[in-house]
Amino acid sequence: MYGWEMLSFNIHDGFLEAIVRGNRSGLLTAADYNNLCQCENLDDIKMHLTATEYGPYLQNEPSPLHTTTIVEKCTLKLVDEYKHMLCQANEPLSTFLQYITYGHMIDNVVLIVTGTLHERDVNELLEKCHPLGMFDSIASLAVAQNMRELYRLVLVDTPLAPYFSECITSEDLDDMNIEIMRNTLYKAYLEDFYKFCQKLGGATAEIMCDLLSFEADRRAVNITINSIGTELTRDDRRKLYSNFGLLYPYGHEELAVCEDVDQVRGVMEKYPPYQAIFSRISYGESQMLDKAFYEEEVRRLCLSFEQQFHYAVFFAYIRLREQEIRNLMWISECVAQNQKNRVHDSVVFIF
Amino acid sequence: SSPAIPRLAPCEPRTHLAVSSLPHRTRLVFPNQPPFLIQPRSDARTEIVQEGAAEMSTSWGSALTHISPYTFAAIGIAVSIGVSVLGAAWGIFITGSSLIGAAIKAPRITSKNLIREIATSLKAICVIFCEAVAIYGVIVAIILQTKLESVPTSQMYAAESLRAGYAIFASGLIVGFANLVCGVCVGIIGSSCALSDAQNSSLFVKILVIEIFGSALGLFGVIVGIIMSSQATWPAKA
Repeated sequence: MYGWEMLSFNIHDGFLEAIVRGNRSGLLTAADYNNLCQCENLDDIKMHLTATEYGPYLQNEPSPLHTTTIVEKCTLKLVDEYKHMLCQANEPLSTFLQYITYGHMIDNVVLIVTGTLHERDVNELLEKCHPLGMFDSIASLAVAQNMRELYRLVLVDTPLAPYFSECITSEDLDDMNIEIMRNTLYKAYLEDFYKFCQKLGGATAEIMCDLLSFEADRRAVNITINSIGTELTRDDRRKLYSNFGLLYPYGHEELAVCEDVDQVRGVMEKYPPYQAIFSRISYGESQMLDKAFYEEEVRRLCLSFEQQFHYAVFFAYIRLREQEIRNLMWISECVAQNQKNRVHDSVVFIF
Repeated sequence: SSPAIPRLAPCEPRTHLAVSSLPHRTRLVFPNQPPFLIQPRSDARTEIVQEGAAEMSTSWGSALTHISPYTFAAIGIAVSIGVSVLGAAWGIFITGSSLIGAAIKAPRITSKNLIREIATSLKAICVIFCEAVAIYGVIVAIILQTKLESVPTSQMYAAESLRAGYAIFASGLIVGFANLVCGVCVGIIGSSCALSDAQNSSLFVKILVIEIFGSALGLFGVIVGIIMSSQATWPAKA
């Protein structure tokens, strides 16, 4: 029953919740971002970051830095914190923490399969994979020729196995099919995660279901906008939308027939939470839409910290760290390419 | 010749068989008997009815008033300490797990100021409030057990004795359950206090005030319990 989890939450998960909240206080603030945006080159960035919590990870890097190194070391910090929490977690928190990484697993699978399709070396691809989404047999993904083999050889032993029921076909893998496969897997993953959170009940269910609904709706809008003008049919598009969220089912019906961004805007403005987002970007522009969605996501994630005794703080913390790493990557790229006037185009402040 | 066969309802007492030489009035209670019973059988159960005990009209009423008041008093004392300690333990684990996790990131060892150092050790105050709840339970249990006195058997079911026994029972129950909820309340607030103090140290004193209000709940229980138990007077030895 909602409200009584205060009595028993701390038995198993109190320590980890306190740790995750302590970690959250180490996220970079607006002042830090302002300092970073004023840096002249990557060594300045490294110097500023050494004064924050990223210090131990960056201070031993040799001087000609690349942006990928900075991003890699910051991701390493996130992975260390995640593993520290995962090894101390009990059920059901440990299952919850693992669910958070399945999205990265899907991205890694698609990365390797696409890379193999374009004749890249497997080791090079493995280095580009996100460390949170690694699993043991990932290297053997390069061997598979079509989806059935992919499933049978590799994925049946991973946690992604149940998500494949909708996309096992014997077609050969090509770019279009891989994208459809990625979105189908992600749809199944989101629905599975949603059901799992609802089963947990209480404050976790309420907050996580809200966050996941936003994610599902955002993906629906992105799928729609990205598939405008491609050969994806309307039925295929409709099959990629998740079956929960604010837009389900009527919004999905309308989104499936949209042919340009303004029609999408017309559909979304019927829903008050999304109307606020779309009102901030002017007509005909879709580049700022990504940033507007990120800002809304960060706002919701920060709100989840206002409540105690639930698991959504773990999900929110990992997502906020990922957003911070995206910010750092953008800032580093702008500084490295000497385009500092574009820095504020895509940095989302968390505090 | 045998006496006339009286028509008796089952379980009706055969009062002319009462043996007045016994110190207590003996009532023979029969299990379901056919109505033509003539004389008592050896399997009749004898119920000792104490002089002066309340004659209740229901069997539940009889059952309750025939439980010794010392049973109630002892259970009250047990509940007072047992459930208070349960509440205190509950509160301490709720606060303690959050406090330890939060202290990893915010150890606050950087200041050399003495007042600041004393203030940092005050974080343990959250746990001390929970512990106070257990101490209330111990104190009341000790007070209650000094209220137990022996009364002679003839007085054991007198109304005065029952009143004293019930008073001690109620007092123990009051203190026990008030401290249970107080301990849980202070524990949850202490957990939030620990987490928010780790982020912003000016919040500590503000949340401490809320905890003080929470721990007043246990104090209310103790006060009412002590008042209840002060009227637990057993009958004087006649």
